[in-house]
Amino acid sequence: MVWIPAFLSAMSSRSNGAGMTRRELYMNITEAKKVDLKKFLDEAKAADEKFNILLSVADKPGKLGKGDLAVPCLIKDNIVTTDYPTTCASKILEGFRSPYEATVVTKLKQAGAWVAGKLNLDEFAMGSSTENSAFGATKNPIDSTRVPGGSSGGSAAAVAAGVTPFSLGSDTGGSIRQPAAFCGVVGMKPTYGRVSRYGLVAMASSLDQIGPLTTTVEDCALVLKIISGKDPLDATSLDAPVPDYVSEMKKDIKGLNIGVPKEFFGEGVDRAIEEKVQVAIKELEKLGAKIKEVSLPNSRYALATYYIIQPAEVSANLARYDGVKYGVSEGKNEQIETIEEMYRQTRAKYLGDEVKRRIMLGTYATSAGFRDAYYDRARKVATLIKQDFDKVFKEVDVLITPTTPTVAFKLGENTTDPLKMYMSDLLTVPANIAGIPAISIPCDKIDGLPVGLQIMGPQLGESKVLQVAYAYEQSTDWRQQ
Amino acid sequence: MKLPKAEVEHIAMLARIGLTEAEKQHYSDQLSAILEYVDELKKVDIKDVPDVGQITGLENQSAKDTVKGCELSREELFKNAPMTERGYIKVKSVLGRET
Repeated sequence: MVWIPAFLSAMSSRSNGAGMTRRELYMNITEAKKVDLKKFLDEAKAADEKFNILLSVADKPGKLGKGDLAVPCLIKDNIVTTDYPTTCASKILEGFRSPYEATVVTKLKQAGAWVAGKLNLDEFAMGSSTENSAFGATKNPIDSTRVPGGSSGGSAAAVAAGVTPFSLGSDTGGSIRQPAAFCGVVGMKPTYGRVSRYGLVAMASSLDQIGPLTTTVEDCALVLKIISGKDPLDATSLDAPVPDYVSEMKKDIKGLNIGVPKEFFGEGVDRAIEEKVQVAIKELEKLGAKIKEVSLPNSRYALATYYIIQPAEVSANLARYDGVKYGVSEGKNEQIETIEEMYRQTRAKYLGDEVKRRIMLGTYATSAGFRDAYYDRARKVATLIKQDFDKVFKEVDVLITPTTPTVAFKLGENTTDPLKMYMSDLLTVPANIAGIPAISIPCDKIDGLPVGLQIMGPQLGESKVLQVAYAYEQSTDWRQQ
Repeated sequence: MKLPKAEVEHIAMLARIGLTEAEKQHYSDQLSAILEYVDELKKVDIKDVPDVGQITGLENQSAKDTVKGCELSREELFKNAPMTERGYIKVKSVLGRET
C-alpha cells in the first residue's frame, strides 16, 4: 500500500525525474500495487478538519475501475449522486438523496474513478467566497484566514490541500476560475454545452457549466476529455466531436495570436495583479506567440448584465424548493393552514440570505412593468458582448487577462456588502455571457497569495486555450511553489 | 432608484418568501444598491439589437415521441417527499383559505 501525500504535494512534472503529473503518479501507484483508499479518506478527513471542505464523504474505501482515470476524486455538492446526499450547501436540501446520478458522475465511473465525497460550496453556487454555505465557510489552504473563493471553494481547496488528484466544480460567472485563482490551482470552464449539465442542480441554466479543477494543465485536459460530449439527457449539450485535448495541448504555440483586451486591465483591477499578468504575457511572447492589444468595449457591461440574467433564471429555477416534493418543509407545522403560507415559511426558514436576495432581484427584473427595462434589456446587451468576442476571435486565437481583480480576501471582509462581493467576478463573467471556454492557471504570487492568469478562447476552442496554458505552465515553475 | 418597502413586499409575495420587518428594510437597502449598479445598462444603445437567444446557436432539439420506461420505483421517487399518504404527496389546503 502506497500513499505519500507530502511527496505528491512537493512534486511537479518538472522536478521529478519521471516527468509524471500527479494523476500519472496515482495511476502508477494503482498499477504497481494498490492505491490506499483508506489513507485517501483519512487525508481528506484531516484536511476537512482544518479547512472545512467536505459536505459528505464515504464511510469506507470504494473501488477503482479500469480506465484513464482510475483515481479517487471529490466533486462539488451541487452535482447529484446516488451514493451521497446532495445538499447544495443549503438547509433546504439537508438530507436529500437523488434517485439518479449526473451524467458526469457516470462518465467518471466509466473511466475508472471513484467519487469519494462531496465538496463545500456557496449555497446553490451563489457566492464568491464559500461563506454562503449553510454548513460554514471553507478556508483557503494557502492562508486559512482567507477565503478560498467561490462558489466552488471546496473544489479548489481540496485540490490545493493535495487531498484529491482532481475535483469537479461548476461555473456560472467564474465559480471554477475565481477559486482556482485564489487557491493556486488550475480550473476550467468549458464552452457552454461542451459538458452535460444533466444532474447539475440548476442555478442559471443558460450560463451553468461543469468543469475540472486540477494541479496541472495536463490533468485538466484529461478530465475535460472524459466528461465532455453530447448527452441526450441535456438538450443544450453540443454534438461536436471531443478532441484528444491531451495531445492537442502539446502543440507549439509559436506564431499563435494572443489578444490582450484593454478593458480587463486598469480600473477595478489591483495594480500588482496587472503587473504579474504583464510578465506572463512577456513570457508567452518569448515562447513565440504574437501579442496584440484588442478591445471588447461592451464587456464593461458584463457584470451588470450578469446580475440581471443570472438572478432572473435563479428565481425561476429555485421555485422548486417549496417544501412539497423534497427537502425540508414546514408542512408538518400545525399552525400553518394553507399551502401558500407553507411555501413562504419553508423558504423563509431554510433558504440563506444571498439566495433570497437573488431570487427577489430576479423576480423583480422579470415582473410585470419591469421586465422590459431589466431582463429584456440585459439579454440584448448580452448580444453585444457576444458580438465583441466574435469579432476579436477573427483576429486572435485566444485572449489573456487576469482571472480576478484581487488576490484571496480575508474571511468576513466582503460579507456585509453584496455588491463588493460581486465585483470579484468582474473578469470571469464575460466568458459565461459569451458561452466561451476559459481557464485559470497559477501565475506568480503576491505576498504568498496566488495570482490567476485567465485564458479565453472561442466557442469549442478548448484545445487552443489548453495549448497556451500548457506552454506557459511548462515554461514557468509557479506550480512547484 | 430606492426600492420602496411596498415593492419589496410585493416581490416577496411573488417569490413566496416570508420576510420579517427587519429583513424588508435590509433587502430594500441592498436591492436598491444593486439596481443602482445595473442601471448602467441604460447607457447602452440597444436599438435594433436582437435578444441573445441560445448562446451556441442551437435551435429546437427534437426527439422521437416514444415512451421510455422509468427504472425507478414509485417508492424511490417518493423517498425525498416530506409528507406522503397512501401513495400521494400530501400538502396543505390549496383552495378556500387564501391569505
